[in-house]
Order: sequence, then structure tokens, then C-alpha cells
Amino acid sequence: MNVADFEMLSTLVKERSGLVLTQEKSYLLETRLMPVARRHGLKGLEELCQTIKQKNDKVLIEDVTEAMTTNESLFFRDQKPFDQFQNVVLPQLLVARAATRRIRIWSAACSSGQEPFSLCMLLKEMQAKMAGWKVEIVATDISPEMLNKAKAGLYTQFEVQRGLPIQLLVKYFKQTGDKWQLDAGLRSMVTFREFNLLDHPRILGNFDLVFCRNVLIYFDQPTKAHVLKGISDVLSKDGVLYLGGAETVLGVTDMFKPVVGQRGMYQHADGVPAIKTD
Amino acid sequence: MKSCLVVDDSRVIRKVARKILEELEFEVVEAADGSEALEQCKSSMPDGILLDWNMPVMDGLEFLKAMRALDNGAHPKVVFCTTENDLEHIQEAIQSGADEYIMKPFDSEIVESKFHQVGLL
Repeated sequence: MNVADFEMLSTLVKERSGLVLTQEKSYLLETRLMPVARRHGLKGLEELCQTIKQKNDKVLIEDVTEAMTTNESLFFRDQKPFDQFQNVVLPQLLVARAATRRIRIWSAACSSGQEPFSLCMLLKEMQAKMAGWKVEIVATDISPEMLNKAKAGLYTQFEVQRGLPIQLLVKYFKQTGDKWQLDAGLRSMVTFREFNLLDHPRILGNFDLVFCRNVLIYFDQPTKAHVLKGISDVLSKDGVLYLGGAETVLGVTDMFKPVVGQRGMYQHADGVPAIKTD
Repeated sequence: MKSCLVVDDSRVIRKVARKILEELEFEVVEAADGSEALEQCKSSMPDGILLDWNMPVMDGLEFLKAMRALDNGAHPKVVFCTTENDLEHIQEAIQSGADEYIMKPFDSEIVESKFHQVGLL
């Protein structure tokens, strides 16, 4: 691909999703965009770029953005955040929210649903403690295709073997043909919504917990700060933000600070910590 | 260094599994069926066992039950690795003492993630 076409595509993807396509990632263009080109009856990436430039085809541009922003996802990714959720965050939220008995969780950039569904399984495992509580999980993604996949809760044999303990597979999934489908009851615990992280999340409401893991790494500094500002506006004063293992707020924003002793967890810089660490 | 016994009647599978496990820094021992594996366990109990189901002489499930009945039989983490991919087989394996279950085909990522889950990594 020539430099001008690469620049054109990366600008287009950046404008629409915030995702920064660096030259090292250019190998992704071919594997991800060839299927898009084929679907649109175009011979290759050159013709695809030409069509975008000449016709400004909205559907094509949408498909290109979607193909470039789709990420691999696994159940209980990194494990540690889920252990923290189960052992530290949730027990303390049960105390802090005892008056309202209501907890709202946002899984931002949920891809095909593994993250929110992992939370559902944990909550279900702890249901004895959760009686009378209303836990709302809102999962968002920029890609309607990913959201449809997530809503169906249907996964390949490969996908259910990535991070998901076998006991949970047996307990919460049904085999349908060569795929595995998450129990309808668990699926109904999650509200899926199309949402672009560049937009302001106030339309989603306020949250006690936000999972925004392994998304910011794809953004440049100003975009990271912009997204974190939005999250800070909808996160309760004692709420917790989860970022991915390779992500940090340091040098990006002073609105958040790390939770002492809990890797990957952040709280409002001026907020009351709901999470006590001793 | 932790040890892992790979039990599979296919030499190719054993070779693939050995390569993956050695990269994860396991000392690998191989057995071609359940009875060979049982002899191995009697002489030296491994930390982990990657276990096929369908094998000649003694199958994986029979081996698992016999191995768990040995003196030190509770020690190894057992991960089934088989083409049997239906719920009934998985449930039977867990009830018989398997810790995890891999449905073939598998890759290094799946092995690594399952070994993490059972605490071998």
C-alpha cells in the first residue's frame, strides 16, 4: 500500500474511532480489510481506497472502521481484575451501597462480550450475597457487528477455551451444534449498547465501576485524556476505574490516581476511596 | 522445574504438546497409553498430566481413576486433552477427578491458559 493511501485510511479511522494506526500496524490493514473489499465487490485495497476517495461511500467507510477497531477478547482476561472485583471491590461496594442496593457497571469497548459475561458469571457465583441487589451491567462497543455477536452469547470451541474455567463452561453454557451459547438468564443481565468512546458517556448514566481495559493503548494522548474525562464525569465519587495492564493515567490526566496496592485500578484524584487498602 | 506427563497414543500430538510444555519450562515425560502412564506415575508422580481420552490398552478415564487411587494420586493437576467435546464427557471427566479440560484441536495459548487456571503456571 502506498503512503498516501495509508495516511488516508489512518486519518479516516482516527477521525471516526480515535484509533491510531501506526506504520507497525499496517500489516493489519491487509488481513482485516481484504474481507471488507471482497464484500463490497472490490478487487483489493487499492480499489477500496479509490472508492472511498471518489464516492465517499458511507457504508464502506463504516465497515472499514469496524474492521480496524475489532479486537480479540477472552473470558476473565488477565484474571487479576476479576479476582479484585470478587474479593475487594464487590464486598466493599456491598457495604458502600447498602442503602440503595444498586450497583451500575460499565464495560466499555466490550467487543464480543467476554468481559461483561465474565462479570455475570462471577455475580451469579456470589448470588447468595447478592439477594435483593440490583446490578446493572451496561456493555458498549463501537461495532454493531460485535454487539450482535455479544448479544447472541454464541462462541466457538476456541473462544470458550480462552480463559474460561471448564466448570463455568459446564455450568453456564449450552452446546448448540459446534458452538457454545451462554445461558439466556445470564445474557439478560447485560444491556448492550452501541457507543463511540469519543462521544460523551452521560447518555449511559452514572456508574460505580467502569472497565475500560486495553482500549486506551490504541489512542493518542489527547484522545486518551478526552475519553478519561468522559469516564470521570460518569463515575461516582467513590467509584473505581479499571484499565488494562499496559495502561496508565500517569502523564495523561490528573483526574485519576492509582488505587494503592491494587494494580490496574484507579479512583478520582479528589474522590473518597470506596476501596480501602490495608 | 515442574514435571508434566503427556499421555496420548499419537506421536504427533505428543511431540506438539512436548514442544508447547517445554516452552513453558516443564520437564516432559511421555506415555502412549493409560497403563504406561500409570507405571510412570507409580515410579515418579508428575506435577501435571495432559491426558488423551481414547487410547488402546487403557483409556484416559480408566487411567485417571486408577491414578487418583494411588498413594500420592491427589497431587497432579490433570488436564484432559481430547476430541470428545460434548457436555457428558466433560462432566464425567470432572466427576472422575480431572481439573481442566481441553477440546482438540488446541494451540499453545489454550494449553497455557488452562495450565494457569489449575495453578501449574
